[in-house]
Amino acid sequence: MIIADQLPVLPIITPLALAPFTLLMPNGRAAHLWAMAVTGLSFLFCAMLLAQVAEVGVISYQLGDWAPPLGIEYRVDLANALVMLLISGVAALVAPFSYESIRTEIDDRQLPMFYTAFQICMLGLLGVVVTGDAFNVFVFLEISSLSTYALVALGGRLDRRALTASYNYLVMGTLGATFFVIGLGLIYQATGTLNMADIRAQLEGSPSNSMVEASFAFIVVGMGLKAAAFPMHLWMPNAYTYAPSAVSAFIAAASTKAAVYVLIRFTFTVFGTDFEFIQAMMTYILTTVALAGMFFGSLVAVFQSSVKRMLAYSSVGQIGYMLLGLSFGTEAGVQASLIHLFNHGLMKAALFMSVACVMLRLGVHDCAGFHGLTKRMPFTAAAFIFAGLSLIGVPLTVGFVSKWYLLQAAFEVGRAWAGFLIVASSLIAVVYVGRVVELILLRAPPEEGPLSADVNGEPVREAPLSMLIPMWLLVAANVYFGLRTDVTAGLAGRAASALVGGGQ
Amino acid sequence: MDPFQFIVERYNYWIFIVLMMIGLYTVIARGNLVKKIIGLNIFQTSVFIYYISIGKIAGGTAPIYLPGDMYRRMDHGEGHGGDGHGGDDHGGDGHGAEEVHGVEHGEEKSHGDAEALHAGDANASNALYAGGGEEAGHAPAADLHGGAANVASGEADHGGATQGGDAHGADAYGAAADFVEPIYSNPLPHVLILTAIVVGIATTAVGLALAVRIREAYGTIEEDELEDADNIAEFGVADPRERADAQSAPAGGGQAPQVSGTRGRGAKLAGDRLGERLGRGAGSENGGGAA
Repeated sequence: MIIADQLPVLPIITPLALAPFTLLMPNGRAAHLWAMAVTGLSFLFCAMLLAQVAEVGVISYQLGDWAPPLGIEYRVDLANALVMLLISGVAALVAPFSYESIRTEIDDRQLPMFYTAFQICMLGLLGVVVTGDAFNVFVFLEISSLSTYALVALGGRLDRRALTASYNYLVMGTLGATFFVIGLGLIYQATGTLNMADIRAQLEGSPSNSMVEASFAFIVVGMGLKAAAFPMHLWMPNAYTYAPSAVSAFIAAASTKAAVYVLIRFTFTVFGTDFEFIQAMMTYILTTVALAGMFFGSLVAVFQSSVKRMLAYSSVGQIGYMLLGLSFGTEAGVQASLIHLFNHGLMKAALFMSVACVMLRLGVHDCAGFHGLTKRMPFTAAAFIFAGLSLIGVPLTVGFVSKWYLLQAAFEVGRAWAGFLIVASSLIAVVYVGRVVELILLRAPPEEGPLSADVNGEPVREAPLSMLIPMWLLVAANVYFGLRTDVTAGLAGRAASALVGGGQ
Repeated sequence: MDPFQFIVERYNYWIFIVLMMIGLYTVIARGNLVKKIIGLNIFQTSVFIYYISIGKIAGGTAPIYLPGDMYRRMDHGEGHGGDGHGGDDHGGDGHGAEEVHGVEHGEEKSHGDAEALHAGDANASNALYAGGGEEAGHAPAADLHGGAANVASGEADHGGATQGGDAHGADAYGAAADFVEPIYSNPLPHVLILTAIVVGIATTAVGLALAVRIREAYGTIEEDELEDADNIAEFGVADPRERADAQSAPAGGGQAPQVSGTRGRGAKLAGDRLGERLGRGAGSENGGGAA
């Protein structure tokens, strides 16, 4: 069947071919429906791809029938199929969600452009994940980054700081991408190939040299910048805070995840952990960076008055958990890392969506807007609380599954202290989530002042259904995957054993 | 090793590193947003130069067919043509040039252009293969050079043998014996860099467009002034640390306070200012990173 043969390229080619037509749409509503269709199709293809990969194993797709070492290869295994499912799934949920929210935050004439950029951002991220060609990663990364800069800058209508945030993101993102390209140049010079599997074959068994080491260092720094790993996260809080709410929900859930995935892919399947310098890097640098990020992100999040900014700093901490799993260098560690990558996408998207609902009705994303939310927007409030519990890692939610596997991985490599630090930093998450939950549950809604009524001066109503349904689907996913742990954990476990064991 | 020689032999890498550092320094040290973008450009360009220099093969020419080059190769083409074209010797990829040649060659033997084209093609596919293959990185120059020379001389022998006493063939033999097949630089980095240049231009365009929008919104593109404007909007003074002194004074500065989520009602509660300020404390690191 032709669709099955072409499946790896379809999630990319569909938005690539269809997204430009969004610009021709006469109004925002048409563009919105078009974007929903495109992201929905991509999600469908990604789901089919995951099912196919789970059944038949690794799929290698040769673009234009050019054989791999020279031609570009899309190589899909469970790890990237899982990440693709997350990215396209969040996109498919944010697309219907976004309309009501984005309409109040940007100019109506910009709506078709917004949806174009949104689809292109998704296609870039999917491309980063699906490709088996190292240089292709860079090209797709820049496709997604360029559209993300535009998406963030759209927030400039409400708050001009979005413009400077986008500018800073552009400068640091480009530095990161260029570092990545330097790394690729070095590895190309050392091996003469850009195909990931081929690089691996060239490096296998050969002694390390400084070129390969420098290449790895450049790639880690470049991807660390894109992933907002702790000391390189400076672009992230402002970008997430001032971007339009729906954009925050998407990029927080998807864009940094793609970078973390690339880091995992390069560490384990391109370079391989046999090299001494990679082991040293993981033990001494990545572990430190991950732990520092976990505590720094969580601690700073406690003191934020803007809930969006709080969630952004929390993301810095959560990226730390993913890097910590990766830095163990074991199968269990990578499994935990992949699980958390997937789960964190689910919870952060739900959290940012609930902030978007508050933003829609009250026009603020400050803590002040959350006072007594249960009495005014009960479903939004409940969604925030559930997703917040998941962020902390309470049992029956996906957050618990992540932390559980991460702890197991930590004890398995005999780093019990890392396990204690994971728990300790989760306790800080209790503080920052609990602070907002306390406002939601225990405070009375403001009786007077600007926040006593919604933006039009009317009594505050619940968010519209078009926003509630996608948000609650994500919350339901948070609980569902928290109960059916075997689904994500099983897939991630098989993916991790393929990544670490190299048994593809 | 002589340190001077060490430096001179690797001059291309030194150019790369010097340009890279100039670019990076400009990005970090300059406060003007446009200058930062230009610095970013220089930084990216240095990487382009690095890529192109690793694709360079000693003695190799650009992977482009020049008319003069084809003319020079005509002799060789004739000699090679003696063995009934023998396109398969090259392990050719079945490109059309061979067939075109086959026809033309059969018709008029003295016409060497098509053959030259064919030789060029085969050479290109060799180079491409070596570029993509494992050898290119390790010792591209020596391998490719040797390989090409072998092919050339082998063909010349062959041509000479089959053509025998044919004067034309003998000429070709003589010409091909001291003829060194042109060596092409690895074209793959060139292709990669063409892509990267497109990406770089797009980034520059977006960056400059943002600078224009920032100028419209703030009236300045100097980073210090932008930060001051944000602080004035938020705290009423340019430097948050002076806030305690200036608390009694009304917020001057002429900038309309622009709080998150405006729509005429974004006024935050006074109690939350403290948290926002702490947030700002972390946020100013942010500015520091870019500054």
